[in-house]
Amino acid sequence: MTKLEKNDRLVRLGLLMIALSAISVLAIITLFIFEQGTPIMFRYGFKSFLLGQDWYPSEKSFGLLPMIVGSLMVTFGALIIGVPLGLASAIFLTEFSHRRLTRILKPVIELLAGIPSVVYGFIGLMFLVPFIRDNFGGPGLSVLAASLILGIMILPTVISIAIDSIRAVPDSYREGSIALGATRWQTVRMVVLPAARSGIIAGIILGMGRAIGETMAVIMVAGNAADIPGSILAPVRTLTSNIALEMAYASGEHREALFATGVILFIIIMILNTIANVTSTRQRKK
Amino acid sequence: METEELHWKAVRARVSRPRMGTIFYRLKFLLVFLLLVTLAFFPSCRSGRRGHSLVVAGSTSIQPFADKWAEVFMEKRPGEIVDVQGGGSSAGIQAVLTGAAHIGMSSRELKGDEKELYQIEVAHDGLAIIVHPSNPLDNLTIEQVKSIFLGEITTWETLNGQKKAITVVVREEGSGTRGAFQELVMGKSRITKKAIVQDSNGTVREIVSRDPNAIGFISLGLVNDSVKALALNGVKPTEEAILKKEYKLVRPFLFLTRETPSGLAREFIDFVLSDEIQELVHKEGLIPVRRGSRPEGSR
Repeated sequence: MTKLEKNDRLVRLGLLMIALSAISVLAIITLFIFEQGTPIMFRYGFKSFLLGQDWYPSEKSFGLLPMIVGSLMVTFGALIIGVPLGLASAIFLTEFSHRRLTRILKPVIELLAGIPSVVYGFIGLMFLVPFIRDNFGGPGLSVLAASLILGIMILPTVISIAIDSIRAVPDSYREGSIALGATRWQTVRMVVLPAARSGIIAGIILGMGRAIGETMAVIMVAGNAADIPGSILAPVRTLTSNIALEMAYASGEHREALFATGVILFIIIMILNTIANVTSTRQRKK
Repeated sequence: METEELHWKAVRARVSRPRMGTIFYRLKFLLVFLLLVTLAFFPSCRSGRRGHSLVVAGSTSIQPFADKWAEVFMEKRPGEIVDVQGGGSSAGIQAVLTGAAHIGMSSRELKGDEKELYQIEVAHDGLAIIVHPSNPLDNLTIEQVKSIFLGEITTWETLNGQKKAITVVVREEGSGTRGAFQELVMGKSRITKKAIVQDSNGTVREIVSRDPNAIGFISLGLVNDSVKALALNGVKPTEEAILKKEYKLVRPFLFLTRETPSGLAREFIDFVLSDEIQELVHKEGLIPVRRGSRPEGSR
Protein backbone atom coordinates (compact mmCIF):
# COMPACT_ATOMS: atom_id res chain seq x y z
CA MET A 1 0.00 0.00 0.00
CA THR A 2 1.44 3.36 -0.93
CA LYS A 3 1.56 6.27 1.40
CA LEU A 4 -1.08 8.02 -0.63
CA GLU A 5 -3.50 5.13 -0.34
CA LYS A 6 -2.89 4.96 3.38
CA ASN A 7 -3.60 8.61 3.66
CA ASP A 8 -6.72 8.20 1.66
CA ARG A 9 -7.95 5.52 4.00
CA LEU A 10 -7.18 7.67 6.97
CA VAL A 11 -9.15 10.53 5.52
CA ARG A 12 -12.03 8.23 4.73
CA LEU A 13 -12.01 6.88 8.27
CA GLY A 14 -11.89 10.36 9.71
CA LEU A 15 -14.77 11.54 7.60
CA LEU A 16 -16.74 8.42 8.48
CA MET A 17 -16.27 9.14 12.17
CA ILE A 18 -17.37 12.73 11.79
CA ALA A 19 -20.40 11.70 9.77
CA LEU A 20 -21.27 9.04 12.34
CA SER A 21 -20.95 11.51 15.20
CA ALA A 22 -23.36 13.87 13.46
CA ILE A 23 -25.82 11.03 12.94
CA SER A 24 -25.38 9.76 16.48
CA VAL A 25 -26.22 13.20 17.86
CA LEU A 26 -29.46 12.96 15.92
CA ALA A 27 -30.03 9.45 17.25
CA ILE A 28 -29.37 10.55 20.82
CA ILE A 29 -31.79 13.46 20.52
CA THR A 30 -34.45 11.17 19.09
CA LEU A 31 -33.90 8.60 21.81
CA PHE A 32 -33.99 11.27 24.50
CA ILE A 33 -37.25 12.78 23.26
CA PHE A 34 -38.91 9.38 23.06
CA GLU A 35 -37.50 8.28 26.40
CA GLN A 36 -38.87 11.41 28.07
CA GLY A 37 -42.10 11.70 26.16
CA THR A 38 -43.52 8.22 25.67
CA PRO A 39 -43.95 6.98 29.28
CA ILE A 40 -46.63 9.56 30.02
CA MET A 41 -48.41 8.68 26.77
CA PHE A 42 -48.62 5.05 27.82
CA ARG A 43 -49.75 6.05 31.30
CA TYR A 44 -52.66 8.16 30.09
CA GLY A 45 -53.30 6.38 26.81
CA PHE A 46 -52.23 7.31 23.32
CA LYS A 47 -55.78 8.19 22.38
CA SER A 48 -56.21 10.79 25.09
CA PHE A 49 -53.14 12.59 23.78
CA LEU A 50 -54.00 12.45 20.11
CA LEU A 51 -57.74 13.04 20.35
CA GLY A 52 -58.14 14.87 23.65
CA GLN A 53 -59.33 18.42 23.16
CA ASP A 54 -58.53 19.82 26.60
CA TRP A 55 -55.03 20.99 27.42
CA TYR A 56 -54.94 21.67 31.17
CA PRO A 57 -51.66 20.09 32.25
CA SER A 58 -52.02 21.27 35.85
CA GLU A 59 -55.22 19.19 36.04
CA LYS A 60 -53.66 16.18 34.31
CA SER A 61 -55.54 16.78 31.11
CA PHE A 62 -53.19 16.48 28.17
CA GLY A 63 -55.23 16.65 24.96
CA LEU A 64 -53.01 17.68 22.08
CA LEU A 65 -55.60 17.65 19.28
CA PRO A 66 -55.98 21.47 19.22
CA MET A 67 -52.23 21.85 18.76
CA ILE A 68 -52.02 19.11 16.12
CA VAL A 69 -54.85 20.72 14.15
CA GLY A 70 -53.26 24.13 14.77
CA SER A 71 -49.87 23.10 13.40
CA LEU A 72 -51.43 21.57 10.31
CA MET A 73 -53.71 24.56 9.68
CA VAL A 74 -50.95 27.11 10.04
CA THR A 75 -48.53 25.12 7.88
CA PHE A 76 -51.16 24.59 5.20
CA GLY A 77 -52.01 28.29 5.34
CA ALA A 78 -48.36 29.20 4.93
CA LEU A 79 -48.12 26.97 1.85
CA ILE A 80 -51.27 28.50 0.33
CA ILE A 81 -49.67 31.91 0.65
CA GLY A 82 -46.01 31.09 0.12
CA VAL A 83 -46.09 28.60 -2.76
CA PRO A 84 -47.94 30.62 -5.42
CA LEU A 85 -45.98 33.76 -4.52
CA GLY A 86 -42.70 31.91 -4.47
CA LEU A 87 -43.31 30.02 -7.68
CA ALA A 88 -44.43 33.15 -9.50
CA SER A 89 -41.33 35.02 -8.37
CA ALA A 90 -39.08 32.16 -9.41
CA ILE A 91 -40.68 31.91 -12.86
CA PHE A 92 -40.42 35.66 -13.34
CA LEU A 93 -36.81 35.82 -12.24
CA THR A 94 -35.68 32.94 -14.45
CA GLU A 95 -37.83 33.23 -17.55
CA PHE A 96 -39.10 36.76 -17.89
CA SER A 97 -36.93 39.26 -16.08
CA HIS A 98 -33.85 41.01 -17.34
CA ARG A 99 -30.72 39.16 -16.35
CA ARG A 100 -29.34 42.18 -14.55
CA LEU A 101 -32.52 42.57 -12.53
CA THR A 102 -32.33 38.92 -11.51
CA ARG A 103 -28.76 39.43 -10.42
CA ILE A 104 -29.94 42.13 -8.03
CA LEU A 105 -33.20 40.55 -6.89
CA LYS A 106 -32.05 37.01 -6.16
CA PRO A 107 -29.54 37.94 -3.44
CA VAL A 108 -32.13 40.29 -1.95
CA ILE A 109 -34.62 37.43 -1.70
CA GLU A 110 -31.98 35.19 -0.18
CA LEU A 111 -31.30 37.90 2.35
CA LEU A 112 -34.88 37.43 3.57
CA ALA A 113 -33.84 34.01 4.83
CA GLY A 114 -31.24 35.63 7.05
CA ILE A 115 -33.72 37.77 8.97
CA PRO A 116 -34.23 36.25 12.45
CA SER A 117 -37.70 34.88 13.00
CA VAL A 118 -38.25 37.07 16.04
CA VAL A 119 -38.06 40.09 13.73
CA TYR A 120 -40.76 38.62 11.49
CA GLY A 121 -42.85 38.00 14.58
CA PHE A 122 -42.33 41.51 15.86
CA ILE A 123 -43.30 43.10 12.56
CA GLY A 124 -46.33 40.83 12.45
CA LEU A 125 -47.35 41.84 15.96
CA MET A 126 -46.88 45.54 15.29
CA PHE A 127 -48.46 45.88 11.85
CA LEU A 128 -50.20 42.74 10.68
CA VAL A 129 -52.11 41.90 13.86
CA PRO A 130 -53.68 45.38 14.32
CA PHE A 131 -54.48 45.44 10.60
CA ILE A 132 -56.36 42.14 10.83
CA ARG A 133 -58.13 43.19 14.03
CA ASP A 134 -59.28 46.51 12.57
CA ASN A 135 -60.30 45.26 9.14
CA PHE A 136 -61.49 41.68 9.61
CA GLY A 137 -62.44 41.56 13.29
CA GLY A 138 -61.42 39.14 16.01
CA PRO A 139 -58.40 39.65 18.23
CA GLY A 140 -56.00 39.89 15.30
CA LEU A 141 -53.77 37.24 16.80
CA SER A 142 -54.97 34.48 14.53
CA VAL A 143 -54.46 31.61 12.12
CA LEU A 144 -54.46 34.21 9.34
CA ALA A 145 -51.68 36.29 10.90
CA ALA A 146 -49.53 33.23 11.57
CA SER A 147 -50.09 31.86 8.05
CA LEU A 148 -49.20 35.18 6.44
CA ILE A 149 -46.01 35.57 8.43
CA LEU A 150 -44.98 31.97 7.82
CA GLY A 151 -45.90 32.27 4.15
CA ILE A 152 -43.44 35.14 3.83
CA MET A 153 -40.82 33.33 5.89
CA ILE A 154 -40.80 30.30 3.59
CA LEU A 155 -40.53 32.43 0.44
CA PRO A 156 -36.72 32.50 0.22
CA THR A 157 -36.53 28.72 0.50
CA VAL A 158 -39.23 28.11 -2.09
CA ILE A 159 -37.93 30.76 -4.48
CA SER A 160 -34.25 29.97 -4.46
CA ILE A 161 -34.73 26.22 -4.86
CA ALA A 162 -37.33 26.75 -7.58
CA ILE A 163 -34.95 29.10 -9.40
CA ASP A 164 -32.15 26.55 -9.26
CA SER A 165 -34.32 23.75 -10.55
CA ILE A 166 -35.85 25.89 -13.32
CA ARG A 167 -32.37 26.94 -14.37
CA ALA A 168 -31.31 23.31 -14.49
CA VAL A 169 -33.81 22.66 -17.30
CA PRO A 170 -31.68 22.55 -20.49
CA ASP A 171 -32.19 25.43 -22.89
CA SER A 172 -32.73 22.96 -25.72
CA TYR A 173 -36.15 22.18 -24.17
CA ARG A 174 -37.16 25.82 -24.37
CA GLU A 175 -35.74 26.20 -27.88
CA GLY A 176 -37.65 23.12 -29.02
CA SER A 177 -40.87 24.41 -27.57
CA ILE A 178 -40.47 27.87 -29.06
CA ALA A 179 -39.54 26.35 -32.41
CA LEU A 180 -42.87 24.54 -32.34
CA GLY A 181 -44.59 27.90 -32.09
CA ALA A 182 -45.33 28.01 -28.37
CA THR A 183 -45.32 31.36 -26.61
CA ARG A 184 -43.01 32.02 -23.70
CA TRP A 185 -45.74 31.39 -21.13
CA GLN A 186 -46.81 28.19 -22.90
CA THR A 187 -43.21 27.06 -22.86
CA VAL A 188 -42.95 27.73 -19.15
CA ARG A 189 -46.24 26.07 -18.34
CA MET A 190 -45.95 22.99 -20.52
CA VAL A 191 -42.22 22.37 -20.79
CA VAL A 192 -40.13 24.08 -18.14
CA LEU A 193 -42.31 23.60 -15.06
CA PRO A 194 -42.99 19.88 -15.63
CA ALA A 195 -39.27 19.33 -16.19
CA ALA A 196 -38.36 21.22 -13.02
CA ARG A 197 -41.15 19.63 -11.02
CA SER A 198 -39.19 17.44 -8.61
CA GLY A 199 -36.88 20.29 -7.66
CA ILE A 200 -39.79 22.63 -7.09
CA ILE A 201 -41.53 20.04 -4.92
CA ALA A 202 -38.34 19.58 -2.92
CA GLY A 203 -38.30 23.33 -2.29
CA ILE A 204 -41.90 23.26 -1.15
CA ILE A 205 -41.13 20.39 1.22
CA LEU A 206 -38.25 22.32 2.73
CA GLY A 207 -40.51 25.34 3.10
CA MET A 208 -43.14 23.19 4.77
CA GLY A 209 -40.52 21.89 7.17
CA ARG A 210 -39.59 25.42 8.07
CA ALA A 211 -43.22 26.42 8.55
CA ILE A 212 -44.13 23.51 10.82
CA GLY A 213 -40.96 23.93 12.87
CA GLU A 214 -41.09 27.70 13.25
CA THR A 215 -41.78 28.73 16.81
CA MET A 216 -40.86 32.25 17.81
CA ALA A 217 -42.68 34.17 15.10
CA VAL A 218 -45.74 31.97 15.54
CA ILE A 219 -45.88 32.46 19.31
CA MET A 220 -45.88 36.21 18.77
CA VAL A 221 -48.72 36.43 16.26
CA ALA A 222 -50.87 33.31 16.72
CA GLY A 223 -52.49 34.07 20.09
CA ASN A 224 -51.72 30.55 21.35
CA ALA A 225 -55.20 29.60 22.57
CA ALA A 226 -55.21 25.84 23.12
CA ASP A 227 -58.45 25.44 21.23
CA ILE A 228 -59.31 24.18 17.75
CA PRO A 229 -59.79 27.43 15.82
CA GLY A 230 -63.33 27.98 14.56
CA SER A 231 -62.22 30.34 11.80
CA ILE A 232 -59.04 31.76 10.34
CA LEU A 233 -59.55 34.82 12.54
CA ALA A 234 -59.44 32.78 15.75
CA PRO A 235 -56.25 32.33 17.76
CA VAL A 236 -54.37 29.07 17.40
CA ARG A 237 -51.57 27.18 19.12
CA THR A 238 -49.08 25.00 17.28
CA LEU A 239 -47.16 22.05 18.70
CA THR A 240 -43.89 23.96 18.69
CA SER A 241 -45.43 26.96 20.46
CA ASN A 242 -46.94 24.64 23.03
CA ILE A 243 -43.47 23.46 24.00
CA ALA A 244 -41.81 26.86 23.92
CA LEU A 245 -44.61 28.67 25.76
CA GLU A 246 -44.77 26.37 28.73
CA MET A 247 -41.30 24.89 29.10
CA ALA A 248 -40.15 27.70 31.41
CA TYR A 249 -42.23 26.58 34.37
CA ALA A 250 -43.13 23.02 33.50
CA SER A 251 -42.14 20.34 35.96
CA GLY A 252 -43.09 16.73 36.56
CA GLU A 253 -45.84 15.39 34.34
CA HIS A 254 -46.35 18.76 32.69
CA ARG A 255 -42.76 18.60 31.49
CA GLU A 256 -43.21 15.03 30.30
CA ALA A 257 -46.33 16.11 28.42
CA LEU A 258 -44.26 18.74 26.62
CA PHE A 259 -41.83 16.04 25.58
CA ALA A 260 -44.83 14.03 24.41
CA THR A 261 -45.72 17.07 22.31
CA GLY A 262 -42.24 16.79 20.85
CA VAL A 263 -42.78 13.10 20.09
CA ILE A 264 -45.99 13.86 18.21
CA LEU A 265 -44.35 16.71 16.32
CA PHE A 266 -41.53 14.34 15.40
CA ILE A 267 -43.97 11.73 14.11
CA ILE A 268 -45.96 14.28 12.10
CA ILE A 269 -42.81 15.63 10.47
CA MET A 270 -41.67 12.09 9.63
CA ILE A 271 -45.04 11.31 8.04
CA LEU A 272 -45.08 14.54 6.02
CA ASN A 273 -41.51 14.02 4.84
CA THR A 274 -42.20 10.43 3.84
CA ILE A 275 -45.29 11.44 1.87
CA ALA A 276 -43.33 14.21 0.20
CA ASN A 277 -40.39 11.96 -0.64
CA VAL A 278 -42.62 9.23 -2.03
CA THR A 279 -44.55 11.63 -4.24
CA SER A 280 -41.42 13.32 -5.54
CA THR A 281 -39.68 10.04 -6.41
CA ARG A 282 -42.83 8.81 -8.10
CA GLN A 283 -42.88 11.93 -10.19
CA ARG A 284 -39.27 11.41 -11.14
CA LYS A 285 -39.97 7.86 -12.29
CA LYS A 286 -42.63 9.10 -14.66
CA MET B 1 -4.67 16.22 -21.28
CA GLU B 2 -1.71 18.18 -20.09
CA THR B 3 -3.72 20.40 -17.81
CA GLU B 4 -5.43 17.40 -16.31
CA GLU B 5 -2.10 15.84 -15.39
CA LEU B 6 -0.95 19.05 -13.85
CA HIS B 7 -4.10 19.15 -11.82
CA TRP B 8 -3.47 15.62 -10.57
CA LYS B 9 -0.02 16.58 -9.40
CA ALA B 10 -1.40 19.47 -7.52
CA VAL B 11 -3.96 17.26 -5.85
CA ARG B 12 -1.32 14.70 -4.87
CA ALA B 13 0.88 17.37 -3.43
CA ARG B 14 -2.01 18.59 -1.35
CA VAL B 15 -3.01 15.13 -0.19
CA SER B 16 0.46 14.00 0.84
CA ARG B 17 1.64 17.12 2.60
CA PRO B 18 0.31 16.58 6.13
CA ARG B 19 2.05 13.28 6.90
CA MET B 20 3.74 13.09 10.27
CA GLY B 21 2.74 16.62 11.05
CA THR B 22 -0.93 15.82 11.40
CA ILE B 23 -0.69 13.96 14.68
CA PHE B 24 1.40 16.66 16.31
CA TYR B 25 -0.81 19.26 14.77
CA ARG B 26 -3.84 17.59 16.30
CA LEU B 27 -2.15 17.20 19.65
CA LYS B 28 -1.24 20.85 19.63
CA PHE B 29 -4.79 21.72 18.80
CA LEU B 30 -6.04 19.56 21.63
CA LEU B 31 -3.61 21.15 24.07
CA VAL B 32 -4.63 24.66 23.10
CA PHE B 33 -8.26 23.66 23.44
CA LEU B 34 -7.74 22.18 26.90
CA LEU B 35 -5.81 25.25 27.95
CA LEU B 36 -8.66 27.48 26.82
CA VAL B 37 -11.18 25.39 28.70
CA THR B 38 -9.22 25.55 31.93
CA LEU B 39 -8.73 29.27 31.49
CA ALA B 40 -12.44 29.71 31.00
CA PHE B 41 -13.17 27.94 34.25
CA PHE B 42 -10.34 29.48 36.21
CA PRO B 43 -11.94 32.77 37.21
CA SER B 44 -15.04 31.03 38.51
CA CYS B 45 -12.94 28.63 40.58
CA ARG B 46 -11.09 31.49 42.12
CA SER B 47 -14.09 33.59 42.97
CA GLY B 48 -15.85 30.53 44.32
CA ARG B 49 -13.05 29.95 46.75
CA ARG B 50 -12.47 33.50 47.82
CA GLY B 51 -16.01 34.49 48.75
CA HIS B 52 -19.09 32.57 49.79
CA SER B 53 -21.67 31.91 47.17
CA LEU B 54 -25.37 31.97 47.86
CA VAL B 55 -27.78 30.38 45.41
CA VAL B 56 -31.24 31.90 45.30
CA ALA B 57 -33.65 30.19 42.90
CA GLY B 58 -37.33 30.05 42.07
CA SER B 59 -40.24 32.21 40.96
CA THR B 60 -39.59 34.15 37.80
CA SER B 61 -41.96 36.81 39.14
CA ILE B 62 -39.54 37.49 41.98
CA GLN B 63 -36.37 36.91 39.99
CA PRO B 64 -36.01 40.35 38.36
CA PHE B 65 -36.46 42.03 41.75
CA ALA B 66 -34.16 39.61 43.54
CA ASP B 67 -31.55 40.26 40.87
CA LYS B 68 -31.50 43.91 41.85
CA TRP B 69 -31.44 43.16 45.56
CA ALA B 70 -28.51 40.82 45.01
CA GLU B 71 -26.71 43.46 43.00
CA VAL B 72 -27.00 46.02 45.80
CA PHE B 73 -26.02 43.39 48.35
CA MET B 74 -22.90 42.42 46.42
CA GLU B 75 -21.92 46.07 46.03
CA LYS B 76 -21.99 46.46 49.79
CA ARG B 77 -20.29 43.17 50.49
CA PRO B 78 -17.50 42.70 47.98
CA GLY B 79 -16.38 39.11 47.78
CA GLU B 80 -19.78 37.64 48.47
CA ILE B 81 -21.60 36.12 45.53
CA VAL B 82 -25.37 35.91 45.33
CA ASP B 83 -26.46 33.86 42.36
CA VAL B 84 -30.11 34.47 41.47
CA GLN B 85 -31.76 31.91 39.21
CA GLY B 86 -35.26 31.50 37.78
CA GLY B 87 -37.12 28.27 37.16
CA GLY B 88 -40.48 29.03 38.71
CA SER B 89 -41.96 28.74 42.17
CA SER B 90 -42.26 24.95 42.12
CA ALA B 91 -38.70 24.56 40.91
CA GLY B 92 -37.53 26.95 43.63
CA ILE B 93 -39.29 24.94 46.31
CA GLN B 94 -37.79 21.75 44.92
CA ALA B 95 -34.35 23.35 44.82
CA VAL B 96 -34.50 24.22 48.51
CA LEU B 97 -35.82 20.81 49.46
CA THR B 98 -33.02 19.06 47.61
CA GLY B 99 -30.39 21.55 48.74
CA ALA B 100 -29.64 22.75 45.21
CA ALA B 101 -30.40 26.29 46.36
CA HIS B 102 -29.84 27.99 49.70
CA ILE B 103 -32.89 30.18 49.37
CA GLY B 104 -35.97 29.34 47.33
CA MET B 105 -38.33 31.94 45.98
CA SER B 106 -42.03 31.25 45.72
CA SER B 107 -44.76 33.58 44.56
CA ARG B 108 -47.51 31.24 45.70
CA GLU B 109 -48.54 29.93 49.09
CA LEU B 110 -46.95 26.65 50.04
CA LYS B 111 -49.07 23.52 50.04
CA GLY B 112 -48.87 20.15 51.78
CA ASP B 113 -45.35 18.93 52.46
CA GLU B 114 -43.89 22.19 51.27
CA LYS B 115 -45.04 23.81 54.52
CA GLU B 116 -42.12 22.05 56.20
CA LEU B 117 -39.95 24.84 54.85
CA TYR B 118 -39.09 27.96 56.77
CA GLN B 119 -40.79 30.86 55.00
CA ILE B 120 -40.20 34.58 55.11
CA GLU B 121 -42.46 37.10 53.38
CA VAL B 122 -40.27 39.69 51.67
CA ALA B 123 -42.94 41.57 49.73
CA HIS B 124 -46.47 41.36 48.39
CA ASP B 125 -47.50 41.51 44.81
CA GLY B 126 -50.97 42.44 43.69
CA LEU B 127 -52.64 41.07 40.59
CA ALA B 128 -54.29 43.74 38.49
CA ILE B 129 -57.15 43.08 36.10
CA ILE B 130 -56.33 45.29 33.15
CA VAL B 131 -58.27 46.61 30.17
CA HIS B 132 -57.59 49.04 27.34
CA PRO B 133 -57.47 52.70 28.54
CA SER B 134 -60.38 53.56 26.22
CA ASN B 135 -62.64 51.04 27.96
CA PRO B 136 -65.35 52.99 29.88
CA LEU B 137 -65.48 50.26 32.52
CA ASP B 138 -63.91 51.03 35.91
CA ASN B 139 -65.12 48.31 38.19
CA LEU B 140 -65.99 44.62 38.09
CA THR B 141 -67.04 42.18 40.76
CA ILE B 142 -64.82 39.18 41.28
CA GLU B 143 -67.74 37.02 40.09
CA GLN B 144 -67.88 38.97 36.84
CA VAL B 145 -64.13 38.55 36.35
CA LYS B 146 -64.56 34.84 36.94
CA SER B 147 -67.41 34.57 34.42
CA ILE B 148 -65.35 36.41 31.82
CA PHE B 149 -62.37 34.14 32.25
CA LEU B 150 -64.64 31.08 32.36
CA GLY B 151 -65.93 32.10 28.96
CA GLU B 152 -69.50 32.58 30.19
CA ILE B 153 -69.58 36.30 29.46
CA THR B 154 -68.20 36.67 25.95
CA THR B 155 -69.20 40.23 25.00
CA TRP B 156 -68.81 43.61 26.67
CA GLU B 157 -72.53 44.34 26.23
CA THR B 158 -73.73 43.61 29.77
CA LEU B 159 -70.61 45.21 31.25
CA ASN B 160 -70.14 48.49 29.40
CA GLY B 161 -72.78 48.50 26.71
CA GLN B 162 -70.48 47.88 23.77
CA LYS B 163 -71.50 45.06 21.46
CA LYS B 164 -67.97 43.79 21.08
CA ALA B 165 -66.52 40.36 21.73
CA ILE B 166 -64.18 40.20 24.71
CA THR B 167 -60.58 39.23 23.98
CA VAL B 168 -59.44 37.31 27.04
CA VAL B 169 -55.66 37.29 27.53
CA VAL B 170 -54.03 34.98 30.08
CA ARG B 171 -50.61 33.61 31.02
CA GLU B 172 -49.45 30.11 30.14
CA GLU B 173 -49.99 27.01 32.26
CA GLY B 174 -47.38 26.70 34.98
CA SER B 175 -46.64 30.40 35.38
CA GLY B 176 -46.84 31.84 38.88
CA THR B 177 -49.06 34.71 37.80
CA ARG B 178 -51.57 32.31 36.24
CA GLY B 179 -51.34 30.10 39.29
CA ALA B 180 -52.13 33.04 41.55
CA PHE B 181 -55.06 34.09 39.35
CA GLN B 182 -56.36 30.53 39.23
CA GLU B 183 -56.21 30.27 42.99
CA LEU B 184 -57.50 33.75 43.85
CA VAL B 185 -60.25 34.09 41.26
CA MET B 186 -61.07 30.87 39.45
CA GLY B 187 -60.89 28.37 42.29
CA LYS B 188 -61.47 24.93 40.80
CA SER B 189 -62.97 26.21 37.53
CA ARG B 190 -61.07 26.18 34.27
CA ILE B 191 -59.99 29.26 32.39
CA THR B 192 -61.61 29.23 28.95
CA LYS B 193 -59.75 27.48 26.15
CA LYS B 194 -60.51 30.38 23.83
CA ALA B 195 -58.28 32.69 25.84
CA ILE B 196 -55.19 34.07 24.16
CA VAL B 197 -52.09 32.81 25.93
CA GLN B 198 -48.89 34.81 26.37
CA ASP B 199 -45.73 33.83 28.18
CA SER B 200 -44.88 37.02 30.04
CA ASN B 201 -46.52 39.86 31.95
CA GLY B 202 -45.05 42.27 29.42
CA THR B 203 -46.66 40.68 26.39
CA VAL B 204 -50.03 40.43 28.14
CA ARG B 205 -49.83 44.16 28.86
CA GLU B 206 -48.70 44.85 25.31
CA ILE B 207 -51.67 43.02 23.81
CA VAL B 208 -54.20 44.57 26.17
CA SER B 209 -52.77 48.04 25.48
CA ARG B 210 -53.33 47.54 21.75
CA ASP B 211 -56.69 45.79 21.70
CA PRO B 212 -59.67 47.93 22.82
CA ASN B 213 -61.66 44.77 23.60
CA ALA B 214 -59.05 42.92 25.61
CA ILE B 215 -58.94 42.03 29.28
CA GLY B 216 -56.05 40.40 31.08
CA PHE B 217 -54.24 40.08 34.38
CA ILE B 218 -50.67 41.08 35.25
CA SER B 219 -48.54 41.82 38.25
CA LEU B 220 -49.67 45.07 39.89
CA GLY B 221 -46.12 46.38 39.85
CA LEU B 222 -46.07 46.24 36.06
CA VAL B 223 -49.22 48.29 35.43
CA ASN B 224 -48.43 51.51 33.58
CA ASP B 225 -50.28 54.20 31.65
CA SER B 226 -50.74 52.02 28.58
CA VAL B 227 -53.46 49.99 30.33
CA LYS B 228 -56.19 50.57 32.91
CA ALA B 229 -56.30 48.57 36.13
CA LEU B 230 -59.88 47.88 37.20
CA ALA B 231 -61.28 48.19 40.71
CA LEU B 232 -62.60 44.91 42.10
CA ASN B 233 -65.80 44.90 44.14
CA GLY B 234 -65.35 48.67 44.24
CA VAL B 235 -61.83 48.53 45.68
CA LYS B 236 -59.05 50.07 43.65
CA PRO B 237 -55.74 48.19 43.61
CA THR B 238 -53.79 50.62 45.79
CA GLU B 239 -51.15 49.92 48.38
CA GLU B 240 -53.40 50.92 51.29
CA ALA B 241 -56.18 48.66 50.07
CA ILE B 242 -53.74 45.80 49.85
CA LEU B 243 -52.22 46.36 53.28
CA LYS B 244 -55.74 46.58 54.73
CA LYS B 245 -56.52 43.33 52.89
CA GLU B 246 -59.45 44.96 51.14
CA TYR B 247 -58.12 44.32 47.66
CA LYS B 248 -58.30 40.58 47.29
CA LEU B 249 -55.95 39.70 44.46
CA VAL B 250 -52.69 39.68 46.36
CA ARG B 251 -49.99 37.05 46.52
CA PRO B 252 -46.95 36.81 48.75
CA PHE B 253 -43.35 36.86 47.62
CA LEU B 254 -41.74 34.23 49.82
CA PHE B 255 -38.14 33.37 50.57
CA LEU B 256 -37.76 29.77 51.68
CA THR B 257 -35.03 27.95 53.52
CA ARG B 258 -34.76 24.38 54.74
CA GLU B 259 -33.60 25.33 58.22
CA THR B 260 -33.80 28.52 60.20
CA PRO B 261 -31.71 30.80 58.01
CA SER B 262 -28.14 31.26 59.12
CA GLY B 263 -24.87 32.61 57.78
CA LEU B 264 -24.93 34.31 54.45
CA ALA B 265 -28.54 33.33 53.79
CA ARG B 266 -29.58 35.03 57.02
CA GLU B 267 -27.59 38.13 56.12
CA PHE B 268 -29.16 38.34 52.68
CA ILE B 269 -32.68 37.89 54.01
CA ASP B 270 -32.13 40.53 56.70
CA PHE B 271 -30.74 42.80 54.02
CA VAL B 272 -33.83 42.33 51.85
CA LEU B 273 -36.03 43.12 54.84
CA SER B 274 -34.01 46.23 55.67
CA ASP B 275 -35.55 49.66 55.15
CA GLU B 276 -33.27 50.36 52.23
CA ILE B 277 -34.41 47.37 50.17
CA GLN B 278 -38.02 47.63 51.26
CA GLU B 279 -37.89 51.19 49.96
CA LEU B 280 -36.61 49.80 46.66
CA VAL B 281 -39.39 47.21 46.71
CA HIS B 282 -41.86 50.04 47.06
CA LYS B 283 -40.32 52.02 44.23
CA GLU B 284 -40.55 49.05 41.91
CA GLY B 285 -44.28 48.74 42.32
CA LEU B 286 -44.40 45.92 44.85
CA ILE B 287 -45.94 46.25 48.27
CA PRO B 288 -43.34 46.12 51.04
CA VAL B 289 -43.98 43.95 54.08
CA ARG B 290 -44.88 46.19 56.99
CA ARG B 291 -41.82 48.16 57.98
CA GLY B 292 -40.14 47.68 61.31
CA SER B 293 -41.62 44.25 61.85
CA ARG B 294 -39.40 41.26 62.51
CA PRO B 295 -39.31 38.60 59.85
CA GLU B 296 -42.15 36.22 60.48
CA GLY B 297 -41.33 32.61 60.10
CA SER B 298 -43.32 29.49 60.55
CA ARG B 299 -42.31 25.92 60.54
